Amino acid sequence: MLAAKTIHELHDLLVKKEIRPQEIVEDVFKRIEAVEDKVKAYLSLTKELALKQAEEAEKKILKGEVSPLTGISLAIKDNICTEGIKTTCASKMLENFVPPYDATVIKALKAEGAVMVGKTNMDEFAMGSSTENSAFQITHNPWDLDRVPGGSSGGSAAAVAADECIAALGSDTGGSIRQPAGFCGVVGVKPTYGCVSRFGLVAFASSLDQIGPLAKDVRDAAILLSAIAGHDPYDSTSAPLEKKDYAQKIGEEIKGIKIGVPKEAFGEGLEEEVKTTLERNIQIFSDLGAEVIEVSLPHLEYAVAVYYIIAPAEASSNLARYDGVKYGFRDKEAGNLIDMYCQTRSKGFGPEVKRRIMLGTYVLSAGYYDAYYKKASQVRTLIKEDFLNAFKQCDFIITPVSPTPAFKIGEKTDDPLQMYLSDIYTIPINLAGVPAISLPGGLSKDRLPIGLQIIGPHFSEVELFKVAYQFEQALGMKEKPEL
Amino acid sequence: MKITKAEVAHVAKLARLSFSEKEMELFTEQLNQILLYMEKLNELNTQHVKPTYHALELTNVMREDKVKPSLATQKVLANAPQADKDMFVVPRVIN
Repeated sequence: MLAAKTIHELHDLLVKKEIRPQEIVEDVFKRIEAVEDKVKAYLSLTKELALKQAEEAEKKILKGEVSPLTGISLAIKDNICTEGIKTTCASKMLENFVPPYDATVIKALKAEGAVMVGKTNMDEFAMGSSTENSAFQITHNPWDLDRVPGGSSGGSAAAVAADECIAALGSDTGGSIRQPAGFCGVVGVKPTYGCVSRFGLVAFASSLDQIGPLAKDVRDAAILLSAIAGHDPYDSTSAPLEKKDYAQKIGEEIKGIKIGVPKEAFGEGLEEEVKTTLERNIQIFSDLGAEVIEVSLPHLEYAVAVYYIIAPAEASSNLARYDGVKYGFRDKEAGNLIDMYCQTRSKGFGPEVKRRIMLGTYVLSAGYYDAYYKKASQVRTLIKEDFLNAFKQCDFIITPVSPTPAFKIGEKTDDPLQMYLSDIYTIPINLAGVPAISLPGGLSKDRLPIGLQIIGPHFSEVELFKVAYQFEQALGMKEKPEL
Repeated sequence: MKITKAEVAHVAKLARLSFSEKEMELFTEQLNQILLYMEKLNELNTQHVKPTYHALELTNVMREDKVKPSLATQKVLANAPQADKDMFVVPRVIN
């Protein structure tokens, strides 16, 4: 089955002209027809476009103009703007929104001759950790259909895990790529803030949002990041980075590298099986010749509180644009302008989005700004300094991705705070702006993936992929979900 | 109580959201629970800590002051809930 292969495996076959890009598209759609009813990873499928792009890709290959992504079938999270293709953010507010332009990352993929098979489900406006906040459908974890795929990039992670695409793009504001990657047993990367352009990514919390890859292995994730990373004049927070090959150090040894394990990572709420998996993972690093030391992130326990002030504050401001005037849903019943705003927003947004707009508006409102927003921004400094200090003692830090494996659908929907607390290991990374990769660390006795997170200093992605690759090879996990 | 129902109603007005009585009660309860958790931050003395608003401190990102092509008006208006000629149409603002 071509759909089960990796980007680099397919690339080799394409270059040798043993397969055509159209065959990959056909095989991916055959797989989608077989399993999508159970998984529900996609909000829209674009087969016609995919076949057309595959034809273009074939022409490129025949001319010898091949890039690593030429002719590779990819899925895109539905908060990344695609010209002429609906981009809904899994919200009624944008149910019929057709972007008049492509996000910079989409332009980059098109330039490489990549193929888009569809847009994936997510928590509405990327707010959530289970993809249950989608206004349209619930995505199921391919490893256990009664469980969530994680979120908010749950559709992308499930599609990759179920071989409904070769790789995918997601976005990560507090763990939205890494946590679903962990829950679905795939590789996910949250790049350094500023590494990938946010132009055309529907904004949630602008100081935290990053687009990144979800893939079947570490090498694929590096290939995908190489295509989308780099400076973009259309995003003023984009870092002045040259284009580079993020896979360049894959295969190099990691002997002598220093791996830090924060003692705070073993805090309350950490499930026994996740803990023992982490301990086994630590042993693998030692076996690879890495030096494993204990480090401290003393302010880790404050990260969730900081995040759930800063992210909703930024969201309340970003989502003020949905007013029923320029694009998106409008409630046509309302008689005057103010009523039109209120009715449009009340009917267009789902409960979690409203909860965060309310929270954000409150913490920014007169009289509370210093107590909440300013205070949180100050503690954010302490969290960032924790990482900078830890990286004086070690090269990389490892933690679990989440305190538990994938939870049951419906288990946490009534308790927003419990849902928020499941992001404890991923959130601090966005606050500090550092890069992190989530990759399989093992399986639980119930056959649920347990993720390992490797965190590096700002702009250390090339080294991060090198370390992750050695770990992946040493672990050698071959299991796949049975669908 | 960190936030009263009356305050929730006021914040809803600021955010241009409207809620039913039942939703208002649920939101008041949930927001209280969340804000109570935020109290945790007061354990820390941050008097002399500089706030971080961005992970990367890029300042004064400049570009040449040159006109570049922008989206065609009709392309932009295609997504408007209501448009007329080259304008967005909104409900009457002044009576």
